[in-house]
Amino acid sequence: MFKYVLKRVLISVVTVLIILAVLFTMLHSMPGSPFNDEKITAVQRANLEAKYGLDKPLPVQFVNYLKAMLSGDFGVSYVIQKNMPIASLLRARIMVSIRIGVQAVALGTLIGLLMGIVAAMKRNSFLDTFATVVSVIGVAFPSYVFAMAMSYFIGFRLGWLPLLYSTADAARSTVMPTISLSMFSMATVARFARTEMVEVMGSDYMLLADSKGISSFRLLGVHGLRNALIPIVTVLAPLTVELMTGSLVVEQIFAIPGIGSLLVSAIQFNDYNVVLAVVFVYSIMFISVMLIVDILYGVIDPRIRLAKEDAST
Amino acid sequence: MEKTLTIRDLRISFQASGGTVRAVRGVDLDLYQGETLAIVGESGSGKSVTVKAIMGIVSSNQIVEGGTILYRCREKDEWTERDLLRLSRREMRRHINGTHIAMVFQDPMTSLDPTMTIGMQLMEGMIQHLHLSRALARRRAIELLELVGIPEAEKRMRNYPHQLSGGMRQRVVIAIALSCSPDILICDEPTTALDVTIQAKILELIQEIQRKTGISVIYITHDLGVVAKVADYVAVMYAGRIAEKGTVEDIFYDPRHPYTWGLLSSMPDISDESSERLYTIPGSPPSMVDLPAGDPFAPRNAYALEADFKAEPPMFQISQTHFAASWLLDERAPKVAMPDSLRRRIESMRGGERTDG
Repeated sequence: MFKYVLKRVLISVVTVLIILAVLFTMLHSMPGSPFNDEKITAVQRANLEAKYGLDKPLPVQFVNYLKAMLSGDFGVSYVIQKNMPIASLLRARIMVSIRIGVQAVALGTLIGLLMGIVAAMKRNSFLDTFATVVSVIGVAFPSYVFAMAMSYFIGFRLGWLPLLYSTADAARSTVMPTISLSMFSMATVARFARTEMVEVMGSDYMLLADSKGISSFRLLGVHGLRNALIPIVTVLAPLTVELMTGSLVVEQIFAIPGIGSLLVSAIQFNDYNVVLAVVFVYSIMFISVMLIVDILYGVIDPRIRLAKEDAST
Repeated sequence: MEKTLTIRDLRISFQASGGTVRAVRGVDLDLYQGETLAIVGESGSGKSVTVKAIMGIVSSNQIVEGGTILYRCREKDEWTERDLLRLSRREMRRHINGTHIAMVFQDPMTSLDPTMTIGMQLMEGMIQHLHLSRALARRRAIELLELVGIPEAEKRMRNYPHQLSGGMRQRVVIAIALSCSPDILICDEPTTALDVTIQAKILELIQEIQRKTGISVIYITHDLGVVAKVADYVAVMYAGRIAEKGTVEDIFYDPRHPYTWGLLSSMPDISDESSERLYTIPGSPPSMVDLPAGDPFAPRNAYALEADFKAEPPMFQISQTHFAASWLLDERAPKVAMPDSLRRRIESMRGGERTDG
């Protein structure tokens, strides 16, 4: 297991380095330099370049860039908040986005799993049909439809929950965004869980486990669920990243100060330092989730863990 | 010998899209303690459905229409008798499955949970039923693995199924079945998925265990070679009914049902020097959805009488142990003997046995 995890971590580190190299190249292939001012003399420009290390050879510049990015120094914002360090601009927003994303994934997975398992156990019953209808709705409607519907009925008509995000009432403000974002993952997980459970329940090893006379709780929870989880984890990974990062529209509707809305305004205002920083943070989040999923695979399925271990020795 | 299992008039059907499939249509069987019963038949003859009913494993579209499966065993020095068809799924799990009746399945490549160590798969039944501590269950599991002939048992406990070969996996499945010392072991074609070289070893293993523990064994198979090797008593099934049943000598040396003749004739025989083509029974088994009137085997039966197309034959008793359901045994029927080639074959088998012994 240790070797497997180590290998996964190394692969992730290499991926981060590649992403940084790509970002660096993109920055460098921008036309001109940051000091493209006609009023600046050649000497002044040389001084400025020396000050910011731009006179050094490219590899040295890349190493400096790596150091800065990895220590969380993304430079300063030009437009959105002039001369504000991007790191502090991001910090508060990331926490909000991650919080809502994690809540949505957790809620969606939990309810989705429950719905899928119940549907698989009570196949062709009312509950099964109900679960199917709910998952079709969840997949078919984009999250902002749920967001708008909820903010109208629950936020506006009933007034139970705040319409717009407020830092003073963060917990209650995240309820509606969380639910509307979780619908898609709930529906997806429910569909996968049902199909997988039906298949697993019909397998020979479940028949053998059943013939041993173990309790139905153990049969379902230990033998059934674990085997059904493997493909579910696979679909959960991209869903998680999407929820943590791609909630632009829902962030707009509830006026959530997350990184989704930051990215949109950064692109609109051409604040490309911010754009690059956000892209970098997105990549890190994506790689971290993938790493966790890879490790989870190993925990759930010994065939993956052992095969990878054998291959690496 | 004590009788441990009595099946009477078992009838099971399925609801399928094409109609009602009458998979088992009135099966009577007896199993005595320490005896080996082999149920032989083609695919779809109802043999698997019958034994799964003994285990209480019924799919949701399956209906037990009638009959009884009486199971007798000693519990706290007292003989108790229960009808397994009257027990709920929960009661079967608690009191019968694993502890009294255990099963070995056909394909060892798929019948072990891929995500659990074989040690845990062995131990979980014992922890649940015998209330053993983990340490004790572990020790017993290692003993069981050694009993079924797995080398380095202690190391193997930590292995996952995919790290074992097919033959080894089937040994593990047998060890799991034996873990709670059941009275009856049901083997559903335990060797069909295995290499020929491994088949004999697995059969010998089951026989050896039977000698050591006195367990009763039910084999389901379509391999008459297996039957000849292991069985004491044989039941030949066709289209959900028993065509002929008797001791292994009755069936192999004195077969009376034309279907049994066909099965025996279609057995390949290396000692047979004639270069005749291997016999096959013409036609294929009938659809179980709408069975024709009369004997379902009649259309494939070269010896069919007029009566066979009108009414299903009852079970005729030939001797104390030997029964067959064929109108040929009725006193009004013409005297028809088994095909000559089969007679010669049986004589040579008997002769061979005499010179052997």
